[in-house]
Parts: sequence; C-alpha cells; structure tokens
Amino acid sequence: MIREVIRCEQLTVEIEGVPILKNLSFSVSKGDFLAIVGPNGGGKTTLLRVLLGLQKPSSGTVSVFGGDPGHTPGRIGYVPQRLFFDRDFPLSVKDVVLMGRIALKSPFQHYSKIDREAVGEALKIVGLSSLGNRRIGALSGGELQRALIARALAGKPELLLLDEPTASVDPEMKTTIYDLLDHLGKTMTILLVTHDTGTVSRFVSRVLCLNCGMVQREPPSAIPGGHVVEKVYPYPVDLLVHHPADDATATKNP
Amino acid sequence: MPGELFAFEFLRNAALASLLASIACGIIGSYVVVKKIGFISGGIAHTAFGGIGLGYYLGVNPLFGVIPFSLGAAIAIGLLSRKAKVAEDTAIGAFWAVGMATGVILIGLTPGYAPNLFSYLFGNILTVPTGDLWMISILDLSIAALSWLFSKEFLAISFDEEYAEVSGVKTTFFYLLLLCLIALTVVILMRVVGIVLVIALLTIPAAIARLFSRSIGGMMLLASLLSALFCLAGLWVSYILDLASGATIIVLAGSAFLLVHAGRHLISFARGR
Repeated sequence: MIREVIRCEQLTVEIEGVPILKNLSFSVSKGDFLAIVGPNGGGKTTLLRVLLGLQKPSSGTVSVFGGDPGHTPGRIGYVPQRLFFDRDFPLSVKDVVLMGRIALKSPFQHYSKIDREAVGEALKIVGLSSLGNRRIGALSGGELQRALIARALAGKPELLLLDEPTASVDPEMKTTIYDLLDHLGKTMTILLVTHDTGTVSRFVSRVLCLNCGMVQREPPSAIPGGHVVEKVYPYPVDLLVHHPADDATATKNP
Repeated sequence: MPGELFAFEFLRNAALASLLASIACGIIGSYVVVKKIGFISGGIAHTAFGGIGLGYYLGVNPLFGVIPFSLGAAIAIGLLSRKAKVAEDTAIGAFWAVGMATGVILIGLTPGYAPNLFSYLFGNILTVPTGDLWMISILDLSIAALSWLFSKEFLAISFDEEYAEVSGVKTTFFYLLLLCLIALTVVILMRVVGIVLVIALLTIPAAIARLFSRSIGGMMLLASLLSALFCLAGLWVSYILDLASGATIIVLAGSAFLLVHAGRHLISFARGR
C-alpha cells in the first residue's frame, strides 16, 4: 500500500526577510528513503524544521501524516545534527534514550517498564547495549550519534528525520551508521539530510537537491513526487535520481 | 555540632529553616545548574526586592509582597526573553535593576524606618519566626511535589529543549513553571542568606553535586545534603565568631567549591604525570 507521509506544495520559507526555501513542491510516500542534499545554506535543515513544526512556512502548504506539521509527535523520530549539551550533565545513555518515549506519555505519567524495555531494544538496534549505563558526556562522537538515533527509535516512529548524522564521525563509523539506516529503511520512512551524496546514492530511493537560487530560476516541479534537481552542486548530481534496483550503475564514490 | 545550637528557640528555628531551605535548594538548584539559568535566577531574586518594598508600603508581612512579585517577575522575564525580540541578558538585566529600584522607591514612600531591611538583602536566619517555618514547609512541599510530577518534562527541557518541543512537550509552559519554582525557592532562601546572596546558595551545592552524580535525582539529593551542611556549618561558625550568618554560609560554600575544583585539578594533574 502506497501512502503519502509528507506533502509540500509551493513551500516558501523566509527567515527575517531572507528567502531560505522557495516554491518547493515534493511528496514522500510510506517506505521511501529520501536523501536531501544541497550546498550549505541551501535550506536543508530549515526544511526539516518545517516538517517538525519548529518553523512556520511563509507560504505554501505542508502536511505530515495528513495534518499540520508538529501535531503527530509520536509518529516521528528526529535525530538532530549536533547536540550541544553539558558534558558534565549527570545523565546516563539510557536516560537520554528514555526521553525518546516522552511523546507517548501524558504529562503526569512517569516512565514505565514498557518504556525501559523499548530503550533496551533501541540501544540493541544501534549496537550500544553495553554502554547503556555510561554517562552521556563520556561517549565518543560516533557513539553519541548512535545514542541519538536510539533516542529517535525508542518511540517506535513511522518516519525518521535525520540531520547530517555522519557530520562529525570518522569514516568507519559513517559506514556503520549508513548500514544501520539501510537496515532501518526496510521498516520505516526515512528523510536524511546529508553531504555524502556518493555513499547514500547506493541505498536511498530518491534524492532531493535543495538550492534556493536554482529553484528561483526554474519553474518548480508541479508533479507531486517530482524531483527538483539541477547541476549546481559540486557533487555528481547525475547519479542522484535512481532506484535501489539499479545499484550496479550507481556505485560511484565522490 | 554543639548541643547549645538547639537550646534556644531562635537557634532551633534557624537550624530547621536551614534544613527546610536545603530541600528546595537541592532540587531547584540542580535544574538551575544543568539548564544554565543562574543569571535568570539572579534576576528573579533581585526583582523580588520590589516585592519587599511593596510589603512594607502596604504594611503587610514582606513575604506576602515577595511571593506574587517574584512569580510575576519570573513569568515576565521568561516571556520577554522567549517571545519578544530582546536579548535574554538585556531583559534580565533590565528587570534586575528596575525591580530593585521599585523596592527602593516604595520603601522611601513608606513613612518611618524600615525594620529588618538589611536582613532581606543579606539574610538573617536567626530571626526566622515559627510562622515563617510553616510557610517555608508549605513552599517546600509544593516545590517538591511539582518537581516530582513533572520530572520528565523538566529533565527533557533541561537536556535538549528542541527535542522536547518536537516531542510535543509544551516547552514554554514548563520553562515558565520552572522559573516560578525558582521564584518560590528564592523566597525561601531569602530568609536564610538574603536576596543578594541567594544565587550562590542556589548554584554552589548543585554545581559541586554535579561532579559526583550519575543521575539528576542523585544530584538533587547530594545538593540538598551539601546545602544543609553549608547552612548548618555556617550558622555554627557565625554563632561562635559572631559573624553575619548569611554571608558566613556563602563564604563557606564558596570555599568548598574552590577546594573541590582545586582538588580535581590536582588529581588529574597527578594522574597525568
């Protein structure tokens, strides 16, 4: 069954008068694995913030799970690009992952055994079971990133939004994280903001290239699901639109 | 601890007030430290001085002026720093000074001499009447109950506010509620160390506790114990040496803070060799 998870039509976002996204139209169906690429300042993070309901669009319509963004927190898992927090924060990895369950709880409820079990499962999926009791500030960059993915998974979301999950990790850890996402992509819809166009093109189903200037010059794609792609990006953009089935032709590293 | 501390009612009340204040101090101080809102807490405390002035002006117990005034200050500072396009430290600084100025004007307008004014600024735990102990107990109970009820929300907004917002937590509401709990804690601590010194007692025990805690609950417990230790020890030293009690408590706490940090540096230096 194909169902629409996200639909943006003529989405325009201006922040303090500066246009960040212009007339962007696209849709994401259930089970899609969409990579969002584009130069710095191209509006990738802003797009995620719009989908999360943190940023109001200036014009156009956005719907997530058929409603306004920000109204279905329990169905979305979010992995921020970089979490700035106090390294001395007295909190274990488990405590942090437990916060991924908060969307499912009402204000007066405390976390229950079921929540703790979900945390155990999420830590297992990302391979951090042995570090559950470690202080969150003691994790390495790659471990922290996987802990944040576990936090997003703990709520058993249908849609996973990730903002450059590999921006601050070494190449080996990158592969681990991408293998993990590849695995997760079989059961949920994923939107991934990334710079690694070469690597992701192996397993994502679609790529959306965001560049404000480009969209300004060209008429926006009117077809839902249309791909807004142009060669303004210093990466092999010609590889961008493909399906996992044509894997053999698409494994070209940058 | 010498038994004579408890021989007199005023000393017994002082010790009880210290212990009661330490409960709120440990719980709320931990949030102040992990969320790094020490400056905002200082702003709320100083704005509360306007409430003291209001109490004098209306001729009621200044505590009845302080509670609504500091709660109002907490909500106003919180909203201004969140919603208006004003830099947070500017908003806090403005409230800080205007609150104190209001207090000075109201006290000036009150005919006659303002008794105990100094004790509200710098604390005088030796003058806590039994009635105030009841008030402190009720405030303590409210603070502890609300902190327990909303522990997961307060922890979520302290650690990663954006994620809490995305998860559907009403972050602005809980942030304002936390500021209100800080305001009530300020009211309690005001009796012990005074408005000017509140911020040290709110942050120092929690900052030391953070270094040795593995969870936020453990941090709160340790911060409460440390706060009680500093208050009782300060009370004793001030009694023996005839010093101002509030200031002695703060100097003791500050010295412990410096010692702990110096000790940590020495240990890591020794390990590094």
